[in-house]
Formats: sequence, structure tokens, C-alpha cells
Amino acid sequence: MAKVEQKTVPLSGDNAVAYAVKQCDVDVVAAYPITPQTIIVEKFSEYVANGEVDTEFVCVESEHTAMTCCITASATGARTFTATASAGLALMHEMLGVASGCRTPVVMSVVNRALSAPINIHCDHSDAMCERDIGWLQLYAENSQEAYDSIIQAFRIAENLEVILPTMVGLDGFVLSHTLENVSVLPDEAVKKFVGIRQVPRVINHEGKLVPFKLDPANPLTIGPLDLQDYYFEHKRQQEESMRKALDVIKRVHDDYAELSGRSYGNGLVEAYRLDDAEIVTICMGSTAGTVKTVVDELRENGVKAGLLKIRAFRPLPIEDIVSNLTGKKAVAVMDRACSFGGNGGPLFHEIRHTVYDLPDRPKLVNYIYGLGGRDITPDMIDGIYKELQKIAETGEIKNKIQFMGLRE
Amino acid sequence: MVNKLSEWKFTSKEFAQTPEKFLSGHRACAGCGPAIALRLVMKAARGPIIATNSTGCMEVVSTIYPYTAWKIPWIHTAFETAAANAAGIESALKILRKKGRIKDEHVDVVAFSGDGGTFDIGFQGLSGAVERGHDFLYVLYDNEAYMNTGIQRSGGTPHGAWTTTSPAGKVIPGKAEYKKPIADIMVAHNMPYVATASISHWKDLVVKARKGMEVNGPAFMHTFAPCPRGWRSKTEKSVEIARLAVETCVFPLWEAEYGEYKLSTPSKVIALKPERKKPVDVYLKTQGRFKHLFKPENKKVLEDIQKEVDRRWQKLLKDCKTD
Amino acid sequence: MSTQKKGWKEIPLAGACWMSSTEYKTGDWRSYKPVWNADKCTRCMFCHIYCPEGAIKHDPETDKMVFDFDFCKGCGICANECPADAIEMVLEGKE
Repeated sequence: MAKVEQKTVPLSGDNAVAYAVKQCDVDVVAAYPITPQTIIVEKFSEYVANGEVDTEFVCVESEHTAMTCCITASATGARTFTATASAGLALMHEMLGVASGCRTPVVMSVVNRALSAPINIHCDHSDAMCERDIGWLQLYAENSQEAYDSIIQAFRIAENLEVILPTMVGLDGFVLSHTLENVSVLPDEAVKKFVGIRQVPRVINHEGKLVPFKLDPANPLTIGPLDLQDYYFEHKRQQEESMRKALDVIKRVHDDYAELSGRSYGNGLVEAYRLDDAEIVTICMGSTAGTVKTVVDELRENGVKAGLLKIRAFRPLPIEDIVSNLTGKKAVAVMDRACSFGGNGGPLFHEIRHTVYDLPDRPKLVNYIYGLGGRDITPDMIDGIYKELQKIAETGEIKNKIQFMGLRE
Repeated sequence: MVNKLSEWKFTSKEFAQTPEKFLSGHRACAGCGPAIALRLVMKAARGPIIATNSTGCMEVVSTIYPYTAWKIPWIHTAFETAAANAAGIESALKILRKKGRIKDEHVDVVAFSGDGGTFDIGFQGLSGAVERGHDFLYVLYDNEAYMNTGIQRSGGTPHGAWTTTSPAGKVIPGKAEYKKPIADIMVAHNMPYVATASISHWKDLVVKARKGMEVNGPAFMHTFAPCPRGWRSKTEKSVEIARLAVETCVFPLWEAEYGEYKLSTPSKVIALKPERKKPVDVYLKTQGRFKHLFKPENKKVLEDIQKEVDRRWQKLLKDCKTD
Repeated sequence: MSTQKKGWKEIPLAGACWMSSTEYKTGDWRSYKPVWNADKCTRCMFCHIYCPEGAIKHDPETDKMVFDFDFCKGCGICANECPADAIEMVLEGKE
């Protein structure tokens, strides 16, 4: 049962994100427009111009600068937010690594869109998949409601003193960003209380004194030095450690939020949809999960033991949850909305496959690459996937390990 | 703007007592011009200050983990981001002060960047930050090449200079292009304050740095800073060479407030008495990077250099209304 | 510095650092050493101003120019700029 009363507002994904950011007491927003994220920045500009938020909105001249401003503003102690997609995310790539390495908890909404070339403005996950290894947390939203909820949680997760890592929340371009949905929004005060004021971590300096980790004339310190061969490795290991700790933090923040709002998404890391006794399972991320759920419900009505493992947190990878949920399953199809060229399947397929490798009785795994450049994925296609899974479960044979779903041959 | 020299305490004896904020123990080469520039600018600071550098010589030599030569809060992110860094810091300070989350005192934000991070890769960020009007001082320490990566040519490398990517070869004798007029480009942004300074004229430099800090809005200071390593000059001559650059009008000193040019005294003196202007050869002879120009087959390049120096000098005099 | 370097659990995150560069003595870089002549010196402060290392200070109490040889790299700018010829660069060990 939800603790607070909420009102329902019809919002598109982008508008839901802007609304969430408005409520989170963000100090600095530096952003550059790119389809399909533009509505986030436009809406936020309106809030700023109308005095509805107390935020310094910097209309930067490129995404690279957007991320840079967020990093240094965050290093000065501010809570920062930005949003981008596709080529914008690619342009920021260098700075994503800097954000993670400098331990600045920037929150970013990535409206997942295909990468060029050829240029395409529609949905797929290739933009965020290119940033798998850069040290950012990655959450994926199934619908605008989840986008709204995840943005609010993201500030708490990123700023958590065990994590202190930048976090991106992905929502599918156009499919979610521009589609109107009824979103339950929390009251301003509840969100403000939930995210609190940004707490800056404290670190022990070379004199053994505990000092705040931020740019402050009262406590001079240097951020972003040159590491030679003798220290870089150790600094990277620290990031990895915080990534691992983030697994628990994501769960805890999710649970706190569920108590407040009455809404939960599995355990925060994955959602096991009708998986308990399922024999054939699909794994996917983003809006496709919603479509899969309808197909699963239909199949279940016809007595098929189908299920869905929705991955909400892609980074850090919820290894334990993947293993426990796939133990004993017969056939699993991993759906990838991105292609890792020349890589023996899509990125999510890689991750899932190697995660279950050690299971003594690991399920048969196949990969479906779908929806690139906004190619629609329909319930019929997903039904087709489950039919193939049934065959694999019966015969134990995999005819095609990697397939392209919805592609014209 | 009024020169508040007495208030600022910039007589040599008083200036010698100002605190050092760019400390000894940095790993710059012996005779490093940029190190002098940075040290002087930091000594000109008026109160709380946060600095940022782009990747480059000064960033690398001053912050080899775990040592830091900065006695103030300082951040480095990437090569093209000095101005963007400053923009982020300034925005955060503004809003946090407004929200009462930090002390209500003015903090100067200074961005240091080499010619690499300013003329070329960082130009977009600089232009954007200036257009948005952030309150910061951008100090360009110009050693006329990408020195940190091994003396490759930049947009700031002068015509005819040897660099590793514009070597003095049999067919092409050094850099074919001319130096980008970066300070003029910044003036064209109609920004509050642009100045050129040289490490040889310390008081002029320090006064301009202070002016830049005090200005409300973006300020840009193009600082001439010889690099003995990259210019193939003697380490003890770095300041002398910078002086010759001013005296030959290779690097005249001036400032501009919202597009209104004004010649600074060291260059004004030459404008008033043109016979004081030294020929460019005197300056070029001091550096090995121009050595090949003194071969008979490269005579034309020398002439071109003098011609261009004269052309830009005349244009400057016109802009300063002293022609 | 020959102390044992710390592991990843002990060093502060993000490479934040405070240790002053003055702990790193660059004085052993030089071959030539500046020798100051107090009588010739006019206390113009040029040497202090132009030293890239900030290794020359003026002590107002003793009115002496103090050269910090822990950091002097022997570049010779001070000697070159001194208008009173009060500084001479001498080979290290022969001063």
C-alpha cells in the first residue's frame, strides 16, 4: 500500500523525466538537445523560466561540454543532471570515463536511440551498449512510469556514499519518450525528502584528516591528477568495488521507494515475471518487456509455461539474480536491441551467457537481435520466439543460435 | 576599469611578499615560460580561488599523483575542457550560494590552458563558455605548439617554425600557415575583457590577470610563454626572448574591453617611436626552431614573417586608433 | 621516496590528492647553481618574480634574497634578468 497520495498526470516519457528532475532539487542542469531527448530540455527550460525550479540551467554548446559542466559542477558539490541520446552520448564518451573516474554522481537520462551511420533517430540500445565498460551504472525503464520512478531513485543511488558513481537511466526513444501514458507522480515534498540534499563524501587526506571531497577554498584539494603506472590500477579497482556495492544499494533504494510509492520493479535489479515454474524464458530490457508480458500472459492462458526475466539494472550486472532465476530453465531467448558487430551475438546475450556458464545444468541459450533503428517488435514476433523456445526445450537442439528478428532478408 | 595598483599592492617589494599558490617542486623543465606565467597569475589572486587546467604541460607537471603544486582547489578533466570546466564550477558556485548551501563569498574561477587546448581542440568550449557569459578568467599560456606531447604544431605555431609535425624539410621549410589571431577572435565575441600579456613584462601581466579576475563576466588573457625545450632556445633566455617578441612586435601587448582596443605601455612606446621597433630577425635568431630560415634558400620565409608581423602591427595600431 | 606504496583500499578515491609538491625536491636536476652577490643586488625582485620555480624569496627582515636549493633547477633566468649583475651561474660544486 502506498504511503503517500499521488496524482495521475498524462505524461510522455520525456515529460515524466523532466517532471522527476524538477522535483529532485537538482542544482545544475547542463544539456544539449538531440532527438528524442529534446522535450526533456525544453520542458525543463520552461520550469526554469517560470521559476518552478531553483536550478542553474546551462545551455551548453555540445554534449561533450554538457557532461564536462556536470562533472565539474558535481565536483564543486552540486547535484547535477543531463540528458542525451545516440550521437550525443557517443560524443560525451570521453567524459563519461572522466565522470566515473572522478567519482562525480551525475545522473543522466539516455533516451535510447540508434547510432549513426546512416543516421537514424529511432529506438535501439546501441548507444548505451557502447558505454558498458565505462564505469556508469545503467538502469533501463519499461515505461514512462518506471522512467519517472528510476530518475528519482537514481539520485539516491548515485550519491550513496558506498557508490559515488554516475548513473544513467535509459528509456526507449519515441516508443516511451514521445508516447503519452498515465503517470502517478509523488507530491513534491515526498520526493524532496526522499532524495534529500546532496551529501558530499569525505575522504582521509595525506595528513590523516577527514575532509569533504569537493572543490572548496576552505579545503584545497586536487581532483583529476596524472596517474602513472604506479597508481592508476588501484584507482580503477576502487571503481569496480563501488560498482559491486551498488547492487545492494540499488535494491535498498528501490525498496525504500516501493514503500513510499507502492510501486516496485521486481527486486530493483531484475523482475522475474511468471518465472517460478517457467520452462521457456525470454530476457530483455526496456519497453519490449511490456510487450513480452502481454504475450506471456496469453501463452499462460493457453497452458504454456512461459516467463520473462526483465533486466532493470544492466550495470552493475545482477549476476546472482540472473543465475538464480535461470537455474532449471530449459530454453532461454535473450533479446538484444543492439548488435555487437562481429561479436558472436548481441551484448546482452554475451552477458547472460557467460553469467550462467558455470551452472551445472545451464539452460539452452539463443539470441534474437531485434528492433534496430526503431524496427517494430510485435506480439506475433515474440510469440514466434516462444514457439522456437518450445521446440528447443523439447528437442534439446539449437538450429540457429543467433537470429535477426524482424529483418527483411 | 580603474587601475587600483596601490590597492592591489603590486610594487615589486609588495608583490614579492604575496603568497605562492603554484608551488615549487613541480616538474616543469628548467626555464619553463608557462610555469612563470602560472606562478605570476596565481600570485595576482585576490581571495578565494578555484583553478582548473586542461590536459597539457602545466597540468601534467603540477599534478603527478600523489603530489600537487596547487595550494588551492583544482580540477582537471580532459584536453578540450578548460573553459567547460570553469563553466561547470562557476554555475555550481552560483546556485549553491543562492541556495545557501555554501559560504556567501565570491570565489574567482580561473582556467589555464595551453595553445593546444585553446586554439584548436578546446576552441569550441571556450567560445561557448564566453558566449554564455560565465564569470571566469581564461589564461592561455602560449608556447606555440603541442609541447606536452612532443612539440607538434598547433594553430598557435608561427609561420616558418619547426615542429615535429611541421618539420623544416627540403620541400616544406617549417609551418606553412600563420598563427591564428586568437585574441582578436575573442575580441570579436564582444566579451568584457581580452588582453595579451608576456612573461617578460611581469607587472603588465599581473595587473591584467587581476583585472581579468575582477571583471564580472568572461575574461581572456593570451600570455606569451617561451618553451626552451620546444623552441630550441637557452633555458636562461626564456624571459629575454619573450621581451624580444614584444620589442619586435611579434607579440604586441594590448587589452580590449567590449571590443575597444587599447595599446599597453610596452607596445605604446614603440607605436610612439617606431624606430624602437626591432627587426624580426633579432627575435628569430634566438631560437633553434627558426634556424633553417637563415639559410639562403629560405630567405623568402623570413621576408614573409616580417611582412606579416608588420601587417598585424599596423592593423593593431588602427584598432587602437594610434596610427 | 622509498616508502611502500599503498594499496587500493587505503588510497583516497578518485585520485584526490593534497600532498604538496614541495615534498618532491627538484634541486638535484641542476648542473649550474646561482651565486648571489649581496652588495651588487639592488633588491629589484626580478629574480624572485621570474624564477619558474618560485625558489628565490626575499626575506624582509634580513633584506636578503634567499635561494632555495631544494628546488632550483639551475635554468639561469635569474642571472640573465638581473639588471645589476648580482647573480652568477657557477658549475655545481665549484661555487
